[in-house]
Amino acid sequence: MKWILLSIVVTATALSDLLQSHEMKRAGEQSVGARGLARLLRTIAMRRYLILSIVCLAISFFAFMALVQAEPLSFAVPASASSFILETVLAKLVLKEEVGLRRGAGALLVLGGVVLLAR
Amino acid sequence: MRFRTYSLLGLFVFLRPLGNLSLAWGTKHFPQVLELNPAVYLRAMVDPFVALGIAMLILALLTRMALLSLADLSFVLPVTAIGYVLAALFGSVFLHETVTVQQWTGTVLIFLGTGLVGTTEQNTTRQLGKSA
Repeated sequence: MKWILLSIVVTATALSDLLQSHEMKRAGEQSVGARGLARLLRTIAMRRYLILSIVCLAISFFAFMALVQAEPLSFAVPASASSFILETVLAKLVLKEEVGLRRGAGALLVLGGVVLLAR
Repeated sequence: MRFRTYSLLGLFVFLRPLGNLSLAWGTKHFPQVLELNPAVYLRAMVDPFVALGIAMLILALLTRMALLSLADLSFVLPVTAIGYVLAALFGSVFLHETVTVQQWTGTVLIFLGTGLVGTTEQNTTRQLGKSA
């Protein structure tokens, strides 16, 4: 059951992040002060892909809740972070971001760290 | 711009592990098993620790969305991984979970990777990043 829950967390998180990144760049620079939060909430309400990204995140969240109840936090959190490798590849291919040598090497170091943490 | 990005980043990396910690504490002390029954989830959300965890995670989500309006996804993902170090630390201190030497080695790698990615250009698709 824990691997099914983890697969749901990873897939839903990746889809949510891709949608969020694409839409937030298009929406322009945002902040989280009182006025900034109000503007951000209006932006979310007006963009259907942001709403869809939150639905994906909710699916990921409920699967994560079940995972942290059954497994140690020090497993559940780093294991679910494996989604960021999938997301880094998709960011380059789909979002057309520049993933150069330093960013790629940094991401691999973080992956190594996350794998060691998850054991 | 860079200061604003790192302010949001700082807020996010503290909010998320604190939210996760509160959530984990609440769910671990919740008497029923959380599986696919929505009613059990709704009952769990009334628990103060679960509710506080959810509130912190919602604020973390909004902070991260603001961060994604300023920086690339492939930049945000590794630099926010520093939060996993805090999660391991909180798990060790507050939930008494065992953190091994190997796991502490992992935290060092995450620090190094985060620092390396932090030196890269934060937004490589700037043509989309103009204020609305």
